[in-house]
Amino acid sequence: MKKRTVLLVVLLAVALLIVGCGPKKGGSVSTDGSTSMEKVIGALGEAFMKDNEGTTFTYNPTGSGSGIEAVKAGRCDIGLASRALKEEEKADGLVETTLALDGIAMIVSPENPVGDLTLEQIADIYTGAITNWKDVGGNDAEIVVIGREAGSGTRDGFESVTKTKDKCAYRQELTSTGDVITTVSSNPDAIGYASLASVKDSVKAVAVGGVAPSEDTVRDGSYKLQRPFVLVTKKDGKLSETAQKFFDFVTSNKANDIISKSGVVPVK
Amino acid sequence: MIGEREITVTAQESARRKRIERIIHGIFLMLGLITVGCVLLITIYLVISGIPAMRTIGLKEFLFGQKWASTAAEPKYGILPFILTSIYGTAGAIVLGVPIGFFAAVYIAKIAKGRIRWLLQSAVGMLAGVPSVVYGLVGMMVLVPGIRKLFKVPDGASLLASIIVLAVMILPSIIKVSVTALEAVPQEYEEASLAMGATPIETYFRVSVPAAKSGIAAAVVLGVGRAIGEAMAVMMVAGNAPNMPSLFESVRFLTTAVASEMSYSSGLQRQALFSIALVLYFFIMLINAALNFFLKRGNVKQS
Repeated sequence: MKKRTVLLVVLLAVALLIVGCGPKKGGSVSTDGSTSMEKVIGALGEAFMKDNEGTTFTYNPTGSGSGIEAVKAGRCDIGLASRALKEEEKADGLVETTLALDGIAMIVSPENPVGDLTLEQIADIYTGAITNWKDVGGNDAEIVVIGREAGSGTRDGFESVTKTKDKCAYRQELTSTGDVITTVSSNPDAIGYASLASVKDSVKAVAVGGVAPSEDTVRDGSYKLQRPFVLVTKKDGKLSETAQKFFDFVTSNKANDIISKSGVVPVK
Repeated sequence: MIGEREITVTAQESARRKRIERIIHGIFLMLGLITVGCVLLITIYLVISGIPAMRTIGLKEFLFGQKWASTAAEPKYGILPFILTSIYGTAGAIVLGVPIGFFAAVYIAKIAKGRIRWLLQSAVGMLAGVPSVVYGLVGMMVLVPGIRKLFKVPDGASLLASIIVLAVMILPSIIKVSVTALEAVPQEYEEASLAMGATPIETYFRVSVPAAKSGIAAAVVLGVGRAIGEAMAVMMVAGNAPNMPSLFESVRFLTTAVASEMSYSSGLQRQALFSIALVLYFFIMLINAALNFFLKRGNVKQS
């Protein structure tokens, strides 16, 4: 009998819990778009929900292109794109607000004497036009080109900035930033790309066009290998109260800490 | 009178026991069916989600296409490089691993005594328990730079590195199953051989090994199964570029093709990954059938 009572209490508690977690009153904000922004937008959404109890935040990772389509068609409140809007998209009545900048560092082994590459040289290395380090001022050794797997946001960002989409001849395609860094650190002839925030001392980040990568050079735009993370909204459409609140929150100074922690550079 | 009552009680009792027996039997049956259900569920799911992409791409293009570029503007979905890499990689691991495993098994089962035997057996047990990510990590940190220096190639992440890692990984399964098979050989066989004047080594290789032949074959097939299904460790040492297999080139296996692209995939790319999984599943099924064949042949012989 005692056991049964205990069971009943537990069941009741569980039932209450489930009811408690159900849809609450309060607004919701939906975002849709870039998979590269998953980390930063997820962290922001979590913080927003914590501060505004009762609101729900959703994020649909579909890719920049479909995120822009979604906001145009009104299927979401805010579209997320990891590139600047094109002129024709702006002409369609869309507005971009840059949330953060994502710097992509070109990394080589610390033993590698090469410390500076131009964007063209990087593109040539990745497409296979340059295959030896001596052509860019290094040792006489074959360049080992390390990249990320198809579909990776960093790869997408890198290939769009260097205009090497579908043309890269990778020696290795690794599935995480950490793998790229480890591989590059253990091979003096390797070159790889990785999100700036995750670069460690075990590798050397080379300057691109004479500009060393750092938060400052990414922010002022002098470091070229970067891409913006933008929030896309409609010019004439008004955001719902909650969505506006979310928009104000993520573009305020308060969000900077969260943005930096997600590995990207806040613009303010 | 008293005797009669006792008999009725026992009859009731036995009926009750039978009922309980049946209920327990039913429970066990259900638990057993869960396994069958899982297999069926996976098979059906894989077939349903694997077929559409093969249809869209075309079976011939899919299986024999030499180029894989799933996210290109004009995507190409040819998995021949993956199939060949998986076959070559597994074959290489067998060529390296089977001799080592076989002789180690003969040594453990027949020759080694006392503490050495204990030491070897626990080492094999430990090797079996090492998680595959650890094999991959050691391979990545030690083997890959090692191959680069030793063979003077620009990069060590290659088919060769994967073969070596896989060879080590299949050792425990080969050794364990072979040892069991060798130990099951009736002692009379060996005694008879020794009594005829054969030396112990002659006896092991002329009598014990042939008698345990089907068990050892099963061990090899088990090793093949383990090698072809391994993803994590090879993903860390193979380089994962979708090249046609070559010993010092970066290659991609069937398993790693699925694992490396799954997280960001969408649309036809994702469907194609399921199709790769289906092909892999088909290979595993073949290997299982081979395993059953060898095991059954072993049983028939012994009875």
